[in-house]
Amino acid sequence: MKIQTLFFGITTDLVGVASLDLEISEATTIIDFKNYLKQKYPALDKIDSYAVAVNESYAADNLLLKENDVVAIIPPVSGG
Amino acid sequence: MQRTSIKITKEKLDLQECYNFVEDDSCGGIAAFVGTVRNDTQGKEVKQLDFSTYKPMAIKEMQKIADATLEKFDVKKIAIHHAEGMLQIKDIPVIITVSSKHRKAAFLACEFAIDTLKETVPIWKKEYFSDGEVWVNAHP
Repeated sequence: MKIQTLFFGITTDLVGVASLDLEISEATTIIDFKNYLKQKYPALDKIDSYAVAVNESYAADNLLLKENDVVAIIPPVSGG
Repeated sequence: MQRTSIKITKEKLDLQECYNFVEDDSCGGIAAFVGTVRNDTQGKEVKQLDFSTYKPMAIKEMQKIADATLEKFDVKKIAIHHAEGMLQIKDIPVIITVSSKHRKAAFLACEFAIDTLKETVPIWKKEYFSDGEVWVNAHP
C-alpha cells in the first residue's frame, strides 16, 4: 500500500529529501516502518531517536499504518 | 468567547497583539513569556537562527497546549504565537501571554505552556555560526 512520508529538521538533511511516496506491505506498524526506514536510509542511525506522527498526531510504536497515511519523521524538537 | 489564540507566522511577532488578546475585565494580571534569540551557544557565537515547522501539526500541538493550560490552571485566556523562518539576534521566536484573576496561576500557566511547547511542538531550529550550522537538539 502507498503512504506518504515527510522528513523534518535534521532528517531532511540525512535522507536528502523532504517528502517521499513509499510502497509498504499491509500490516506494517510504526516500529516495522522505523526498521524499514533504517535499512533504506542508514544515515538515520546518526540520530539517537525520533518520533513518528501519523496524519499530524504523534503515533505509538504499535499503531498500524493504513493506505494513504501521511507519516512524519519528527527528530527531537527545538522550538521556543 | 474565544479563549485561545494560536499562530505560526513568518511575520514579526507582536507582543501587543498577544497582550490585547488575553486582556479581560475579570483578570487581575497578565503574565508574558517572550523568547529571544541569544548570541551564543556554549561559548560559541551564534549569527542567526532558522526556524522550520511542520505547520499543520505544530498548530494542533500548540492548540492542545493552550487547551490543557486552561484546563489545568485557573486562567482566563492564553495566546501562543511562534515565528518561523530566519531570525536574527534579539528577534522573538515565541510569545506566550496568559491572563488570570490572581497572578500565581498566570505565572504557573505561562511556565507550563512554554515548557510543554519545547517538548512537543514540531518546530526545529538551526543555529548558524561563522563556520557552519547545526540542528539544535538533534544529538542529545
